[in-house]
Amino acid sequence: MSDRTDYLDLDTKDETFLDATELVLNMGPQHPSTHGVLRVILKLDGEKVLGTECVIGYLHRGVEKIAENRTYAMFNPYVDRMDYVASVSNGLGYCEAVEKLQNVEAPPRAQYIRVILTELCRIASHQVWLGTHALDIGALTPLFYCFRDREEILKIFEKYCGARLTTHAFRIGGCIYEAYDGFEQDCLKCCTAFLPKLDEYEELLTTNRIWVRRTKGVGILNPEDCIALGVTGPVLRASGLKWDLRKAQPYECYKNFDFEIPTGLNGDTYDRYLVRIEEMRQSVRIIRQAVEGLPQGPIMAKIPKVLKPPVGEIYHSIEAPKGELGYFIVSDGSTQPYRVRVRPPSFVNLQALDKMVRGLLVADVVAVIGTLDIVLGEVDR
Amino acid sequence: MPDETKDSNPVLPESKPPAAPQSGLEAAPSAAAILKPTSAETSGPSAQQAATSPAKPEAAAKPAETAKPAAPATGEESATPPAAAKPAAPAAKAPPKPEGPKPEPWDSDLARSLKSQYGSGIKEASTYVGQKYLVVDSTILYEILLRMRGDELFDYCVDITAVHYPKREAQFDIVYILYSFHHNERVRIKTQIKDGDSLRSVVGIWETANWLEREVFDMFGISFDGHPDLKRILLPDGWKGYPLRKDYPILQQDQEWVKINLGIESGQ
Repeated sequence: MSDRTDYLDLDTKDETFLDATELVLNMGPQHPSTHGVLRVILKLDGEKVLGTECVIGYLHRGVEKIAENRTYAMFNPYVDRMDYVASVSNGLGYCEAVEKLQNVEAPPRAQYIRVILTELCRIASHQVWLGTHALDIGALTPLFYCFRDREEILKIFEKYCGARLTTHAFRIGGCIYEAYDGFEQDCLKCCTAFLPKLDEYEELLTTNRIWVRRTKGVGILNPEDCIALGVTGPVLRASGLKWDLRKAQPYECYKNFDFEIPTGLNGDTYDRYLVRIEEMRQSVRIIRQAVEGLPQGPIMAKIPKVLKPPVGEIYHSIEAPKGELGYFIVSDGSTQPYRVRVRPPSFVNLQALDKMVRGLLVADVVAVIGTLDIVLGEVDR
Repeated sequence: MPDETKDSNPVLPESKPPAAPQSGLEAAPSAAAILKPTSAETSGPSAQQAATSPAKPEAAAKPAETAKPAAPATGEESATPPAAAKPAAPAAKAPPKPEGPKPEPWDSDLARSLKSQYGSGIKEASTYVGQKYLVVDSTILYEILLRMRGDELFDYCVDITAVHYPKREAQFDIVYILYSFHHNERVRIKTQIKDGDSLRSVVGIWETANWLEREVFDMFGISFDGHPDLKRILLPDGWKGYPLRKDYPILQQDQEWVKINLGIESGQ
């Protein structure tokens, strides 16, 4: 931040010019840079942000209440609609949580298919993030590139389960769809085609002077703040903490794969950008290994048609593209969950916005909202 | 198992029928035991019977019929070897199914030291499917959470949530899910409070609790003392009712709010 004050001194007040008092500015809920319907009330001194308050809930649909009135299988499609750019991850977390409650495990082939699709989904989610984030900051081209390339992944989803976005790809106990003919080749082709595209994105941004000036030193979060605020995912890793649930508490078959956890140094917007770019590369690595090692066998575990998990409580979380996505499910032994609590990464991460933007400029708020990678469908549920 | 017996004694037809009922009786108390390879001696004759006489099932069924307490299960079994596992399987599976996994006592230094320090304040320290949880008294909850954050290094508060049990006297379960980066370990801390009671806010311990507690307040109407800004977070400020309580039906709305703010009779 210090290198930015050379051209605009924010801390000294010029009494003769204008004694600016606190100004309250409303940003959103209908604002292109809020990625949905997020309202941020900014308290400003001139252009300097003194504080913010987020008003959320515009997309609240009562997902947790709906869960209590649906059977376990019926609730499965609803979770896709929380983080709608990473619906596969949502489904994975939910299915795994219920499987844990039911005490079954998906067969190896199903686990591999799940990992392949989830990692593809991570790439797609990061592409949406990169495109919109760059657009917010003023770089228009990455948006078109990202959305064009994301289409290749969505095509795989469509071929696999018929849906592009709200996929409902997995079922409790495994996968319901067998990998279609040519699934492996499609995935490998997608990976091979994607890597040069990723270099293209980087060419546009990584050394771009405007990009660097707009992102370096903006919205710094140190590891202590991250932990205190419960921030997870790439935002946490960019602050230097090497923590990823895929490694820390491996679920599915992630322990079979060799991949790195990219971390940043400064915890600023630029590092978060680099971390996510590198994460996409690592996802490609995982997909390639998973496709090569895709075992044969059943894709569905033996589970009863009517699911009645034993009485108990379970918390299960996965590393979604945005951070730790957890499901806390209470079963009373009936066909419907007694309580489903979703621990949404976007909701918790958004709380860090206030800390990140204090002292920055209004334009930086846009950059910070973008770098947090929130999806309002998940924030509001 | 039947294959083994088939190989060892392929033909012993005469001696079998009288022996079969007795073995049936023996096997009757535990049908599940038949499936075990170790109990081959007791169940051997009947299994042999089944293996040696697949062509004449009526002969095999007879001894079983005579053995009244042996139950139809064993009779069927001896009649058709491939189906042998079927009748026995529900009997073997049936007992564990309604039970499911049981919470087991959580034996660790942490649980022991907490128990010795707080005594009956720690109502339960268990693990369920490998997940650790503590049930503590609401009066010592804050102290325990403070200690978990400080000495025990549970520095990351994953989630705070509540569960409503309307039939209980203490209607609410408040659940704190904690994680420790140092131990790579997750612990749930639960406490029970009555409707109308409040808890001390933990925003001072974990900043992340701010919005999480607000959400619990929004959805369950549980207030947290000392919270810097306790107000609704997902629902509009003027909303009446707490949707995640069990007595709030899924289609219920704050009709008045909807009418004033949306200008319609009902959202439904």
